[in-house]
Amino acid sequence: MTWSATARGAHQPDNTAFTQQRLPAWQPLLSASIALPLFFCAGLAFIGLGLGLFYSSNGIKELEYDYTGNPGTGNCSVCALADQGRAPPIRCSCAWYFSLPELFPGPVYLYYELTNFYQNNRRYGVSRDDSQLSGLPSALRHPANECAPYQRRATGLPIAPCGAIANSLFNDTFSLWHQRRPGEPYVEVPLERTGIAWWTDCHVKFRNPPLVNGSLALAFRGTAPPPNWHRPVYELSPDPNNTGFINQDFVVWMRTAALPTFRKLYARIRQGNYSAGLPRGAYRVNITYNYPVRAFGGHKRIVFSNISWMGGKNPFLGIAYLVVGSLCILMGFVMLVVYIRYQDQNDEEEDEE
Amino acid sequence: MIGVCGRNERVPVNQQQAGSSTVGESRYQFLWPRTTAKAATETGAGPVPDSPALPSSPGRRAGPGQRRLLPARASDFLPSRRSWAPRPPAGSGAASASPRGNRTRGFDPPHQSDTRTIYIANRFPQNGLYTPQKFIDNRIISSKYTVWNFVPKNLFEQFRRVANFYFLIIFLVQLMIDTPTSPITSGLPLFFVITVTAIKQGYEDWLRHNSDNEVNGAPVYVVRSGGLVKTRSKNIRVGDIVRIAKDEIFPADLVLLSSDRLDGSCHVTTASLDGETNLKTHVAVPETAVLQTVASLDTLIAVIECQQPEADLYRFMGRMIITQQMEEIVRPLGPESLLLRGARLKNTKEIFGVAIYTGMETKMALNYKSKSQKRSAVEKVNQNWQKMAESTPERWQQQGERFKSAASCLKALTNSCATQGIREPELYKIEVLEDKILRFISDFLAFLVLYNFIIPISLYVTVEMQKFLGSFFIGWDLDLYHEESDQKAQVNTSDLNEELGQVEYVFTDKTGTLTENEMQFRECSINGIKYQEINGRLVSEGPTPDSSDGNLPYLNSLPHLTTSSSFRTSPESETELIKEHDLFFKAVSLCHTVQISSVQTDGIGDGPWQSNLAPSQLEYYASSPDEKALVEAAARIGIVFIGNSEETMEVKTLGKLERYKLLHILEFDSDRRRMSVIVQAPSGEKFLFAKGAESSILPNCVGGEIEKTRIHVDEFALKGLRTLCMAYKRLTSKEYEAINRRLFEARTALQQREEKLADVFHFIEKDLILLGATAVEDRLQDRVRETIEALRMAGIKVWVLTGDKHETAVSVSLSCGHFHRTMNILELINQKSDSQCAEQLRQLARRIKEDHVIQHGLVVDGTSLSLALREHEKLFMEVCRNCSAVLCCRMAPLQKAKVIRLIKISPEKPITLAVGDGANDVSMIQEAHVGIGIMGKEGRQAARNSDYAIARFKFLSKLLFVHGHFYYIRIATLVQYFFYKNVCFITPQFLYQFYCLFSQQTLYDSVYLTLYNICFTSLPILIYSLLEQHIDPHVLQSKPTLYRDISKNRQLSIKTFLYWTILGFSHAFIFFYGSYFLIGKDISLLGNGQMFGNWTFGTLVFTVMVITVTVKMALETHFWTWINHLVTWGSIIFYFVFSLFYGGILWPFLSSQNMYFVFIQLLSSGSAWFAIILMVVTCLLLDIVKKVFERQLHPTNTEKAQLIKANSSVKCLDSMCCFSEGETACASFGRMLERVVGRCSPTHVSRSWSASDPFYTNDRSILTLSTMDSSTC
Repeated sequence: MTWSATARGAHQPDNTAFTQQRLPAWQPLLSASIALPLFFCAGLAFIGLGLGLFYSSNGIKELEYDYTGNPGTGNCSVCALADQGRAPPIRCSCAWYFSLPELFPGPVYLYYELTNFYQNNRRYGVSRDDSQLSGLPSALRHPANECAPYQRRATGLPIAPCGAIANSLFNDTFSLWHQRRPGEPYVEVPLERTGIAWWTDCHVKFRNPPLVNGSLALAFRGTAPPPNWHRPVYELSPDPNNTGFINQDFVVWMRTAALPTFRKLYARIRQGNYSAGLPRGAYRVNITYNYPVRAFGGHKRIVFSNISWMGGKNPFLGIAYLVVGSLCILMGFVMLVVYIRYQDQNDEEEDEE
Repeated sequence: MIGVCGRNERVPVNQQQAGSSTVGESRYQFLWPRTTAKAATETGAGPVPDSPALPSSPGRRAGPGQRRLLPARASDFLPSRRSWAPRPPAGSGAASASPRGNRTRGFDPPHQSDTRTIYIANRFPQNGLYTPQKFIDNRIISSKYTVWNFVPKNLFEQFRRVANFYFLIIFLVQLMIDTPTSPITSGLPLFFVITVTAIKQGYEDWLRHNSDNEVNGAPVYVVRSGGLVKTRSKNIRVGDIVRIAKDEIFPADLVLLSSDRLDGSCHVTTASLDGETNLKTHVAVPETAVLQTVASLDTLIAVIECQQPEADLYRFMGRMIITQQMEEIVRPLGPESLLLRGARLKNTKEIFGVAIYTGMETKMALNYKSKSQKRSAVEKVNQNWQKMAESTPERWQQQGERFKSAASCLKALTNSCATQGIREPELYKIEVLEDKILRFISDFLAFLVLYNFIIPISLYVTVEMQKFLGSFFIGWDLDLYHEESDQKAQVNTSDLNEELGQVEYVFTDKTGTLTENEMQFRECSINGIKYQEINGRLVSEGPTPDSSDGNLPYLNSLPHLTTSSSFRTSPESETELIKEHDLFFKAVSLCHTVQISSVQTDGIGDGPWQSNLAPSQLEYYASSPDEKALVEAAARIGIVFIGNSEETMEVKTLGKLERYKLLHILEFDSDRRRMSVIVQAPSGEKFLFAKGAESSILPNCVGGEIEKTRIHVDEFALKGLRTLCMAYKRLTSKEYEAINRRLFEARTALQQREEKLADVFHFIEKDLILLGATAVEDRLQDRVRETIEALRMAGIKVWVLTGDKHETAVSVSLSCGHFHRTMNILELINQKSDSQCAEQLRQLARRIKEDHVIQHGLVVDGTSLSLALREHEKLFMEVCRNCSAVLCCRMAPLQKAKVIRLIKISPEKPITLAVGDGANDVSMIQEAHVGIGIMGKEGRQAARNSDYAIARFKFLSKLLFVHGHFYYIRIATLVQYFFYKNVCFITPQFLYQFYCLFSQQTLYDSVYLTLYNICFTSLPILIYSLLEQHIDPHVLQSKPTLYRDISKNRQLSIKTFLYWTILGFSHAFIFFYGSYFLIGKDISLLGNGQMFGNWTFGTLVFTVMVITVTVKMALETHFWTWINHLVTWGSIIFYFVFSLFYGGILWPFLSSQNMYFVFIQLLSSGSAWFAIILMVVTCLLLDIVKKVFERQLHPTNTEKAQLIKANSSVKCLDSMCCFSEGETACASFGRMLERVVGRCSPTHVSRSWSASDPFYTNDRSILTLSTMDSSTC
């Protein structure tokens, strides 16, 4: 009989939880009774967080100065005028004077800010050769096609670093001078020009080509700097650990910004007397004005900022948390009202019957 | 009422042999008049030149006796139509539907000739004066591809799909222009999809090849060179003589040559072709009938000329020219000598036949409509959206261009600067394309590429996968498994799963679908006393005065009857009673057209009752299953019909053989609705026994218990039994003489024979004495009634389409609950003319308007239907729409399909579903949106051509209410969720263009762009769409009204679509602007003051998006199995792990290392974490609030049902009374149900009327309802 029993159910489907769609399952329903406490809890938590974030952001100080040089905005306007000229004077210098009535708590970071500069333009953004920047000798001599028209010079020499991004490297320089008391001479505040780029960028992603006879210059022989550059890439900085492709200014510049208004870290101030911040007194920022922005309606700014654990000054996050938290609680109350009314209605309906 | 002998297929062999005067009795039409041998020789043996013109020019042959020479019209499908009157030609609407309709009219270019000439056994004339015609071989090909054409043909097929073509174009565009994304991002998925689809289709085609090979390779015996050769079915050539043994299926269309019987007849069942289960007699021409051996067949020299193949199963015209002793004999061939492929030889040991149509030219093959690709409504909606979405990039592009023009001022400025040689941001110099138009086109295409992600190819992949994998659940379902027949549900087309949730019209076949196709004698009323058959014994049912326990009056068999003292009637009336009973059963066993066959001793009979009943050697075959049931019942009682040889009928009464001489059969016709026989008893007495519908018998009765019987008949009918009344009349020899003479006169009359015969019949069948009534049950399938009721509660309109007779159909409709007693049944039958039909329709429409309180049922028959459909479609549809139940009887297979097409194209465009079990339902199954085959007794044609095959009609309820509902919800959510998540995906990308000069800069890395739909967000929705059960399946099945919640494609309505889209947009805005404001003036987000770049920004948006979209899916999920947990949380974890991994390595094969350490840097920022949490919560907040409020304020029925389930757990369901904690919920659900159904509506009344039926014990919802009714009504 056994064989007939098996033959009988030859096509009988398996009786398992899966095939019968009977898998054990949690079947939650999003009802008001669940949502209510959830909303209140979340609302309170968010308000708490929001307050914390808001105050944390409020503690951050920023000091910024627009040195684009629009007429009548300081002595950079001279350079700005030159900007419109055919040949800008190399090393047009100007300065920004400011004074701090109290200590600007440290560590202080010096940023430059450009506006209306579309580093996120697609054709601009792809115009680079990452393998060249990683120091690959073959790529050094044969830049990728994406770099065009900054792939090769008219002479046929490969450009290193190739591409539009590198070509448009920001080349204004700043130095900060401090006058402790009026009448005293200005003392240069040491600007730390390293540690401004991601560690992985200047240690892993960007590499100089292997040295030839211990010389970086020889390694770059047979290449040409981008057309807009006045000096070759291996002379970007006198510091041998900060020159070439791994020059941190260059690396910072190569990380293209997300939005047309962007800041890039220029230097950190954390050495010597200035490790606790900028003490009060008068300050002067010497600016070498090289980079033309007025042509595309851009602005250049210089920004001093200290930062907290959560970055620069931006009250948005705190406010947003507060708003969402309050919304949660508001919704919770509305829901509570509706819930109670619904229950009443329910009772009434039952009473009617 | 019942088809007594409605389909009398018994072509009287003797009549044929008797001569031309009786030919007219046969229902078959003979094209060529019987010509004598001489006449034929004069005509010559070759193809008769004018013969093909014959069918096309009936006028030439006009004449009183020639009417039957008219070719049959397609509307003559109905086999038992008696009227030979020429119908208006257009009335045969189906004729034009026949693909080869033209051929018969003689304009036939594809073949060289209008006739085919077949030399039997391929013995061609020796003189060489012939051109051999080419015929195709006997292969049946259902497969689509061969090894050679698979790749090109399949690719062509695939790219014919709009979606695939669209993606191909996108891919090509990406190859051609400088685009923001790599061609791989769209090429790879496309390649994957095409490959997978090709493999799937190839596999399916391979299966088809296999089944073809099986059919084509089946062994057959062919007479060749004087011997019997075993060969394969595919090798049969036209002209081959084939031997078929009993119960074998004919491998080709054959002309019968001879059988093992002397008269050359054989019996055939065409169940798998047209669904008729009765035996049909086919006869060979006398000259060949004697050739019963292979050797003698070898001597046959004959030629068959016949028409070219056509689809009409009931039409065949040809002739056979036999050369015998240097003389040529011409014999006409009609459908009675044609054995169709697919039919089965029954009851005959073996036959020989010559193949005339083979392979794809057989009538069976021609009858298959080519199966068109069915597409589900969801997919169509899908496509519309696609079109819409495809237009959006253009719109965006236009918008973009507008902004661009603003930006171009700036650009112009910079360009001018460039010419001045002043250093400017060099980006603007990279304008390779100078040509403005080219530039525009390039930009446009780039945007197209960028935004094509809104319709991801993965949507199609996921939908296909969901459908393919999801359909397994149907096959796996134990509830759809029929234990008795060991059949599980079968899914042939997985494309239509969700369509099961959208059905608005159900068209069902009757016999074999609603019923078991097994007639069973149930009750009878003899002489005013009701009896019930219980275990082969008749038990009196009526009020017997002093019956006590265990002493019920049995009418077991006649010995009991004669000796029984249990009859508490007076002794003197006892003999009288016995006589009446005896006569009753004699009448039952004599008045019929049942055929009998003794089972060969070696054969295995397949009569259902044969194994357990005494006369085990007997097999009855009847055109009407009712007759068979009656004769079988009489045999069980003790009066056994042994057989009819020649002119006598033998009946064994209590073991005693009696011979009745059969004098006349007054055949059944639908006008009289009765038949009668005149027999001469052994005693010499002549009797007339009549059997028929009570409406036709009772008025003609003058004696017997007329009133009591009438009451009983009504009672039977109420139970849904098919009733017949029996009456008799003793004829004196004088009366008989008169009858005999008048019959002869009428039958030989040349003019108005029909009318005369009717007159005579009427004259004969009067002054009858009523014997009693029988009640036969065409056993309904299990739970048919509940299923139909449930379908109706679900808002589905049920139409029964049947080839059956009007009365039968109505009675079954009543018994299966399709029609209720309370329904106002409208009839549109027997309409002869257009105007009459229109008038009737108008009248019906008026009636519907006038008495709108009652539910209406409509009965239409085939002829009236074709009239109604031709001119008065709108009116007819109007009437139909107002009827809650429609019954179409006397439907030809193609007519069934036509009705469905009509409903399909009606303005509402409802989704139709057709259920059927026979080959006659195939066209209807293929026409309907969803075709369901019942795997019944009548072959597997329907099951094979259907989209879904189930074993029983009752499974329909689970299939629709549970599987259909689930699949619909699943796929609807799947599609909308896909749109939602891609709106989320693309909108930030779009918004970003405002901040990057519309330079088509992508916000996300191209790997993310590619993997978003493939890896990060695909699995949760796929698993959801496979496993989701928003309501418990038991609840769904017991509350069919929930089906209304999803009707009319509600889940994909513009409102829900808008909701999802707006949700997508708002989420996208939150992601993008949340991140935008977080960065603000691009401040540092890191504790060390370093800056993020554009890729970090994109990654932040992307991270928030992946989490939000996944959690949104989690919010939608109501059924959290461990798999859901795994894929939902797994997806998010996978995203993080992948990103860390992807960002942690410099990929040697990637040209740009944009993403290097981006993700890790992002995660090292506290602000980013806080922002992610904030944005995710904000996004979901909107949705949660909406959901909670909606559930609280306007809960849908579905949501209420969910509540029941949630509150009352499984116990509530099982115990039916949810009086623990779910009391309130149950009460509210009860109220809802009430509201939906409407209090005290006729359905309710009828339900309480049938409350005594034992059907509802298991159906809780209906129980609830009926108790509710009693309280509220």
